Amino acid sequence: MVLRLAGNERVVVGCAVLLATVFVAVFAGQLAPYEPNAQILTARFGPPSAAHLFGSDQLGRDVFSRVIWGSRVSLGVGFSSVVITIVIGTAIGIAAGYGGGWIDGALMRFVDICISIPVFMLLLTIVAIYGSNVPLLITFIGVSAFPGAARIVRAEVLSLKPREFITASRVIGSTPWRIMVHHILPNLVPIVIVSATLRVGAAILTEAGLSYFGLGVPPPAPTWGGMVADGRTSLDVAWWVSTFPGVALLVVVIATNVVGDGLRDVFDPRRAHLA
Amino acid sequence: MIPLVIGISLLSYAIIVLAPGDPARLLADPEQMTAESYVAMRAQLGLDDPGPVRYARTMASLFTGELRSFRTQQRVVDAIGERLPTSLALGILAIVFGLVFGTLIGAMQAIRPYSRLDDLGTLLSLTGFSLPHFWFALMLVMLFGVRLHWLPSSGIRPVTSTGWNPLEMAPYLVMPTVVLGTGLLAYVARFVRSSMLEALGQDYVRTARSKGLAEQAVIIRHVLRNSLLPVITIAGFLLPLLIGGAVVVEYVFALPGMGRLAVDSVFARDYPVILTITIFSAIAVILGNLVADVLYAVADPRIRFG
Repeated sequence: MVLRLAGNERVVVGCAVLLATVFVAVFAGQLAPYEPNAQILTARFGPPSAAHLFGSDQLGRDVFSRVIWGSRVSLGVGFSSVVITIVIGTAIGIAAGYGGGWIDGALMRFVDICISIPVFMLLLTIVAIYGSNVPLLITFIGVSAFPGAARIVRAEVLSLKPREFITASRVIGSTPWRIMVHHILPNLVPIVIVSATLRVGAAILTEAGLSYFGLGVPPPAPTWGGMVADGRTSLDVAWWVSTFPGVALLVVVIATNVVGDGLRDVFDPRRAHLA
Repeated sequence: MIPLVIGISLLSYAIIVLAPGDPARLLADPEQMTAESYVAMRAQLGLDDPGPVRYARTMASLFTGELRSFRTQQRVVDAIGERLPTSLALGILAIVFGLVFGTLIGAMQAIRPYSRLDDLGTLLSLTGFSLPHFWFALMLVMLFGVRLHWLPSSGIRPVTSTGWNPLEMAPYLVMPTVVLGTGLLAYVARFVRSSMLEALGQDYVRTARSKGLAEQAVIIRHVLRNSLLPVITIAGFLLPLLIGGAVVVEYVFALPGMGRLAVDSVFARDYPVILTITIFSAIAVILGNLVADVLYAVADPRIRFG
């Protein structure tokens, strides 16, 4: 299976990009040439140069270093929130799918309600009201995405339920809990991995969007979204301030989508020919 | 659908209103506010009554249209009514843009699968739904507004005019439509591509070709119609994305629409407006899904009779 993945060049490139980003995030301190918040007021709005690879922003801070440090926020919030999404979504999906009957009906009504509500608007509201420290942010973004995961998991559980090994397990007297944990859950792993990977990109974009509105990780912490917002008023004189963080976002999210797609093609051979 | 709406209103209300922060304190000037006027304001806004009473009262005034904004004291329905045409225009344009170009690109990809064109299209789609809307908007503004001066960067009409003049407003809507529609385009293109690839492998296509039908006729009359059906199903999922994306786009391009109203209200803690917009958007999404279901039944006779 790993060989199948490795054969798909797009996925390999995507993985490489992601690993490189993780590396950058972890070793930000060593890799960044400047302190992210060091203001060199004599070097304000300096264009990209040898000293400042991505130029400097309105306060003289080095954009390249800030982009490097910003990867921590994006990746950290992105990955952590997806963990929350997966946990909640899987729990609800299994309960609804395996429980059936009124449990399924009630849970899915709830999920339908949550899907219809415009998430981003609500997120803006919630963060504006409750504040925006990192754990809260991760929780909100994570929770807000659970309906999608729940639906996917439920669909998979519904397709697993009629299989013989489940019936056999029931016949020998396994409790529902045992069936769910020992039989259904392991079979959900591939689809959960795919869903999680694809969801990381969306989570990163959501965090960036919130930061753009000033509702993400509070300044002066460098966030890619916040940096794009910073450069908003100086597009005519300093294009680099807004451009590079956005490119970073684009590259990372494309990478996660490519890897997610590749994983999906590997796990679901029926779709592979449509790749 | 009614229980769904009630559920939505409950959830929205709970999240938005039962929150820390005091609208009365936010609205009034703290230095000039005396203790009596503070109490009076709280009473006027009805903030001291128990939760369920406030909920019932808010819902009642919402549905009779009498709910008033904390910020401007204007009726919420009036405020939304002013902004609705803009958001609708933007939304419809974005949907049309996304559907038309998405189908075109997806179809072109399916006709020549695994070619360079196909790869290019896939790259385009991937980029399309990995784009941060706000950044894409800024990049477009920078290129077409600031550098080339081809298109205006903000607003919906020239400063000097009022009213709805489509000809005047067209340039203002180009960039917002492109930004909002690109995400849609990406999804549609991918979907159309895989849907058409699947359809092209079906027997009826082989039959049509062996009948001697020209390739173009085969594609347009048989393949396309059958591949477009699934697109309707995903249209339902795309509505929430559209509404959420519109918030960012309207904010960046300073369009006087509902999304912008929502953002402004969030920053001003204007709960009635936030609540109403949230509920209306949710209802719009549900209606959209319903319409999609009906369309699907209309388009596919198997659903109707099966």
